[in-house]
Amino acid sequence: MARIIVVTSGKGGVGKTTTSAAIAMGLAKKGHKTAVIDFDVGLRNLDLIMGCERRVVYDFINVINGEASLNQALIRDKNCNLLYILPASQTRDKDALSQEGVGRVLEELSKDFEYIVCDSPAGIEKGANLALYYADDAFIVTNPEISSVRDSDRMLGILSSKSRRAEVNEDPIKEYLLVTRYDSSRVKSGEMLSLEDIQEILSLELLGIIPESKSVLTASNQGTPVILDEKSEAGQAYADVVARYLGEKKPHRFIDGKKGFLRKFFGGRS
Amino acid sequence: MSLLDYFRASKSKSKSASLAKERLQILVAHERTFRNKPSYLPQLQKELLDVIRKYVNVEQDAITVNFEQDDNQETLELNIILPDYHDANRTLNV
Repeated sequence: MARIIVVTSGKGGVGKTTTSAAIAMGLAKKGHKTAVIDFDVGLRNLDLIMGCERRVVYDFINVINGEASLNQALIRDKNCNLLYILPASQTRDKDALSQEGVGRVLEELSKDFEYIVCDSPAGIEKGANLALYYADDAFIVTNPEISSVRDSDRMLGILSSKSRRAEVNEDPIKEYLLVTRYDSSRVKSGEMLSLEDIQEILSLELLGIIPESKSVLTASNQGTPVILDEKSEAGQAYADVVARYLGEKKPHRFIDGKKGFLRKFFGGRS
Repeated sequence: MSLLDYFRASKSKSKSASLAKERLQILVAHERTFRNKPSYLPQLQKELLDVIRKYVNVEQDAITVNFEQDDNQETLELNIILPDYHDANRTLNV
């Protein structure tokens, strides 16, 4: 049986697709056969972030409707042969997704894969609800920003009431916090919500902090998940996230940022 | 705290994060009170009001339905304020 992970946030533009691509790649690189599914029907972007946009022939909706088999629609990743991408349809509207259809596809994938990563669209409509419905684990992607934290809290409410696990009274979805676009220098100067502030409000298990990093844009420009950029802080932070998720103990990094020469000289917290 | 941090922190514009946190705490606490409430509450409130109005002419906002949940029990509290008859203020608590 596969473990189903939903990457969700409520708010748009916080890094759900970047995160989905990175953790799916990370899990596959660790030797786990992984599928990553784009639930954003009509506005697919995972294919671009994964760099497989020109290889899309069939999509998730085609599989749900029986117009293509799962094997026809799954795209094997060019960097890792344990990673497969199931793209969303760009032409249909989101009503083409059905709970029964999504369940059928996830069940079939479960036979063959260890992890299924569901990249949720923004918002709390059908696509987002279906992305989280069958989940076992949820990665809540949050920016240190007031509207993102509020939306994350809203998503927590939905996860605990509108998922399959909630409906059939199973153990609840395991929720993890992932803080992205964290700028420690702005936190230090009191301009940005700190990790502690966010934790105080959401009280979730922290899986990792992804620092604001130029390498994220570079990676998406190139169509390679940022986790493959092992030199970048964001890449390393995502690698830590995957390791922690798989049970490794890793101290949190990138909370305090790099110390400049002057900061070292004058002291400052480490 | 280093000397630099001290000067940085003393700039008044740079304290906006604590304001953000304060606003969020209030907002989130408020929104959580609505979470997990049964979705039939507004409909229940409307239908109850319709029934009561058959007998007593009460205002639209004269009825409040409160749902509270703690670890082992759920409480549905209904509060109906009847209109003034002469000078008596009668409140019916169910």
